[in-house]
Amino acid sequence: MVTYDGIKALQGVSFSVGSGEIVTLIGANGAGKTSILRAISGLVGYKGSIQFEGQDLKRVPAHRIVALGIAQVPEGRGIFGNLTVLENLRLATWQRTDKSEIEGDYERVFQTFPRLKERQNQASGTLSGGEQQMLAVGRALMSRGRLMLLDEPSMGLSPRLVQDIFRIIQEINKAGITILLVEQNANMALRIASRAYVLETGSIILSGAGRELLGDTRIKEAYLGG
Amino acid sequence: MSEWIVYGLQQLLNALQLGSIYALIALGYTMVYGILTMINFAHGDVFMIGAFFCFLAAVYLGLPFAPALLLTVVGTALLGVAIERLAYKPLRNAPRVSAIITALGIGIFLENFTLALAPYPKHIPALLDSTNWDLGGVSLSSLQLIIICLSLGLMFLLDYIVHRTPVGMAMRAISWDKTFVPLMGVPVDLVISVTFAIGAGLAGAAGTMYGLAYPVIDPYMGIMVGWKAFISAVVGGIGNIRGAMIGAFILGGVEIMVAAALPSTYRDFVAFALLLVLLIVRPYGILGSPRIQKV
Repeated sequence: MVTYDGIKALQGVSFSVGSGEIVTLIGANGAGKTSILRAISGLVGYKGSIQFEGQDLKRVPAHRIVALGIAQVPEGRGIFGNLTVLENLRLATWQRTDKSEIEGDYERVFQTFPRLKERQNQASGTLSGGEQQMLAVGRALMSRGRLMLLDEPSMGLSPRLVQDIFRIIQEINKAGITILLVEQNANMALRIASRAYVLETGSIILSGAGRELLGDTRIKEAYLGG
Repeated sequence: MSEWIVYGLQQLLNALQLGSIYALIALGYTMVYGILTMINFAHGDVFMIGAFFCFLAAVYLGLPFAPALLLTVVGTALLGVAIERLAYKPLRNAPRVSAIITALGIGIFLENFTLALAPYPKHIPALLDSTNWDLGGVSLSSLQLIIICLSLGLMFLLDYIVHRTPVGMAMRAISWDKTFVPLMGVPVDLVISVTFAIGAGLAGAAGTMYGLAYPVIDPYMGIMVGWKAFISAVVGGIGNIRGAMIGAFILGGVEIMVAAALPSTYRDFVAFALLLVLLIVRPYGILGSPRIQKV
C-alpha cells in the first residue's frame, strides 16, 4: 500500500516481473501506476513488501536501489535541464564501481541515440521532448540496471517517436534487460509486452499475456477506444 | 602618477579586500539557496563563529596563521553540517518559511551562546607579519594581499568543484529538481551536507581573514556583514555562484566609494538602497533567472 500524505494511492496490489520479461501496467490517469514505480525505486514509503532478486527493498534507501540494479525512467523524463547531455549521462554512473567500462557504455548509448552524441555538450533543457526522452532512457542504460522501470515513455511524443521509443524498448529488452513499463498508451504497450496488468483506482483488476489482453473486450472498451 | 589615479587605485584595492570577504560569505548563501531554495539566515553567525575559532586557535593553541585557518575552516564546516542535520533536515518538506524562521533562531542561538562564553569583545593577535609596500604611492599590505589572493583562490576552487567535479554536478542537479536525483544513484543527503560544509567552511575562512583585518571581534559582528553578503548574493542573482562573486565585488566597490565620497555613516544606507533599487530594476539579480514554473 502506498499513501501520499495519508491518502491511499494503492491497495492490495500484487504482481511479479520475471527475469527477461517485458511486463506492462496499464490503466487510466490516477490509477496508481506511477506510485508503484516510485515505491519500487524507494522514492516513496509504503506498507507491504517489494522484493528484487530475493532482497527486500523496504529498508534500502533510494540511491542504493540503483546500485542493486534497478533503473527508472521517470514520468516527465526528469532531465536536469541545467546540465549538459553528457553530464546527465555521467551523473547516472555515480554508483558504478566498474569505472573502466563506462566509456564503452557512452558509445553504446550514442549508437542507440545518435542525436544525443551530436548534442552531448548542449544544455539538456534545450532538447526537444523526444530527445529528452531518449536522454532519460540513455541515463537509465548508463546506470546499468538489470531491471528498467519506464513511466509513460510515450507521453507527449509524436506517433512516429512513440514507434521509435517502443522499438528501442524492445531492443533494450533483447539485450537482456528486464522491463517494467507503465503506460496510458495501452495499445502500444500490450503489443510489446509478454504480460500485462490492468490497474484501476489503486487495484489490479485484470492480468494476462499482452496479446491476449489486446483482444479482451473489456480492455477494448476501456483503453483502446472501443 | 597623477594624484587621482593613485587615490583611485588605493580605493580599488580596498574594495577588492572588502569584496572578497563578502564574496566568501555570499557563496554560502547562494549555494544553500541553490539546492534547498532556503535562505540560511544563520550563515552570518557562522562567519562570526569562524572569527572566534581563529581567536581560540591563535590564543589558546598558539597556532600560526595557516594551521589556525585550516582548523577554523574544518570547525565551521562541521558546524554547518551539524546545523543542517539537526535543524534544517527535519524541516525539508515543511513550508519554506518554517526553515527560514528556524535559521533566524539558530543565528540568535549562536550569537547568545558566544556571548555567554565571551561577554567582552576579544582581540585576535596579529598572526601575520604585516609588511607595507609602496607601489608608486599606492600602499599595499601583506595582509591585504593574502586576503585578496586567498579569497580569489578559494572562489576559483569552488567554481571548479561546482562545474567540473561529480559532487558539483550532483549539486547542480539537485538545484534543478531534487525529486529524481536519487534515481541516478546519488545520495542527496550527503550532497546537501557537502554543500553546507563548503559554504560554512568558506564563511569560516572569511571570519579568519576579517578577524585579522579588523582584530576586535564580538558575537554580533556577523549580523551586518552577513546582511551585506546576503545583499551581494541577491544583487548577483541568488542561486548563481558567479553572480554572488560579482555582487560582492560590486557591493564592496559601492561601499568604499560611499565611504570615500560621503560621510561614512551613509555606507549601510547606500548598500541597502542598492538592494531595493536592484530588486525593482532586476528582480532576479544580475546573473539570476526566474525559476521555471512547471505546469
